[in-house]
Amino acid sequence: MKNNLLFDFTVDKSTNTVFVNREFAAELTLVWQAFTTKEILDQWWAPKPWLSRTKRMDFVVGGRRFYAMVSPEGEEHWSIQDFTSISPTTNFKFFDAFADKDENINSEFPGSEWDLNFSAQNGTTTVKIIIKHKSLADLEQIIQMGFKEGFTMTLNELENIL
Amino acid sequence: MRRDIFQAVADPTRRAIIALIALQAMTPNTIAEHFDTTRQAVSKHLRILTECELVKQEHQGREIYYSLEIDKLKEIEEWLEQFKKIWESRFNQLDQVLATIKNQKK
Repeated sequence: MKNNLLFDFTVDKSTNTVFVNREFAAELTLVWQAFTTKEILDQWWAPKPWLSRTKRMDFVVGGRRFYAMVSPEGEEHWSIQDFTSISPTTNFKFFDAFADKDENINSEFPGSEWDLNFSAQNGTTTVKIIIKHKSLADLEQIIQMGFKEGFTMTLNELENIL
Repeated sequence: MRRDIFQAVADPTRRAIIALIALQAMTPNTIAEHFDTTRQAVSKHLRILTECELVKQEHQGREIYYSLEIDKLKEIEEWLEQFKKIWESRFNQLDQVLATIKNQKK
């Protein structure tokens, strides 16, 4: 989908923080739902051809989303998101960490703190995401988890269509 | 020991050293003159940068000159670019999901 919706992505290397801002052509409540409902999340969270599969999601403070990113070969990479703060339709925060299939958190890689802000203006909704990592090496791990290949495939698919 | 390249660039002094030697190769003494820290501290930073292959050493007579490995620095930028593309891809999918839901509601 081609559009003129704002998208910016910046990284502050000195604080290991990633900033992602994006506008959506939809009302605030719908965008909020898309970020906080497992059925909708699973439709877009994983960049194709990867799939997002949420085994369980309890969207309350103290609750958890336990989900896997599934590779085209069926390989599963599990993660957890523990919700630490929820202010309906304007902000929620969670702690994200890698886990195994039995929900044991991977202590080798420190997790990240996510802060998501939602605001509406003139029919569009802006989402501002702040992701604070212990070290940027964690991001390297995310890339190594296969998205790199997955993404190249997406680009190839796109080329076929164009 | 394999050094973490992202930790290397996370330190403000090391980033300042990178900016400094990007312009021209320098000896540790010359580099140290630009900072309030000790020569030892600068040497330690240079050692970490060298271990990450972000800088290279060149011997000229009795002096060692440090210069920047531009390609290595580009690797970091390319890697961040990949991460940006993951988000782009993810959000393009979300655009479609939102459009579908809106159509269903009509």
